[in-house]
Amino acid sequence: MMRTPLKTVRRLGSAKEGSDHFWRQRLTAVANLILIPLLLLLIVGMSSADYSEVRRSLAHPVVAVVLVLTLLASLTHMRLGMQTIIEDYVHRDRHKVPLLMLNTFFAVFIGAICIWAVLKLSFGA
Amino acid sequence: MSKAKSEGGGHCERPLSPHLQIYAPLINMVMSILHRLTGAALYAGTLLLAWWLIAAATGPEYYRLVQGLLATWPMKVVLVGYTWALLHHMLGGMRHLLWDTGRGLQLHQVDMLSWLTLGGSIALTALFWLGHYAVRGAL
Repeated sequence: MMRTPLKTVRRLGSAKEGSDHFWRQRLTAVANLILIPLLLLLIVGMSSADYSEVRRSLAHPVVAVVLVLTLLASLTHMRLGMQTIIEDYVHRDRHKVPLLMLNTFFAVFIGAICIWAVLKLSFGA
Repeated sequence: MSKAKSEGGGHCERPLSPHLQIYAPLINMVMSILHRLTGAALYAGTLLLAWWLIAAATGPEYYRLVQGLLATWPMKVVLVGYTWALLHHMLGGMRHLLWDTGRGLQLHQVDMLSWLTLGGSIALTALFWLGHYAVRGAL
């Protein structure tokens, strides 16, 4: 029987995730195409707002939901992008593996503090 | 079949393909590099967004302090750069989505899309800041 490296690329491939990285990068890209312009319009709209007006705008249900969606889509997108950068330039496992971990920690940390801020603006006193 | 090594595989002398410093800059290659650079810059930029959101959630004094810092000239330059990076990466991403469908891959189309990405990102950044100052009544 002939053995070739084909066995490592069949089904989900050697990384066992198939085209999942590619797909989620594109999915979040399209989500960002909708969400980021909304965020920019919101920011332009609040250009002359004082603190209480900014607070009221950010606490509006539609704005809060759009903000959370924007955070989830863009942080996922940038985590996948930075993963590609790390995998392109860092080849030693003892550097690559910690950097890949830090990458996820950073995205999750930014997401956690931003979503906390949005929730506090919506429900806080 | 050679086996790929993930740990320190650079011991044997392999021939190197010509890299960046060999080529004269071409618009498609500059846009490719800028797409990655703006992506990395936006990664760091989320710290700024998080800081501003937390300031808004913290209270009026801290929010005004942060707004004051963001209104200084160095921070204005950073913010203009941030919006340009965001819009440039967005347009570059649209180019990539088009390429994913197998369209726009002729060399002259690639070059035209590259120039459109650059021109479009500068125009949209100008539009954003014009909008910002128009809403403030500063125009």
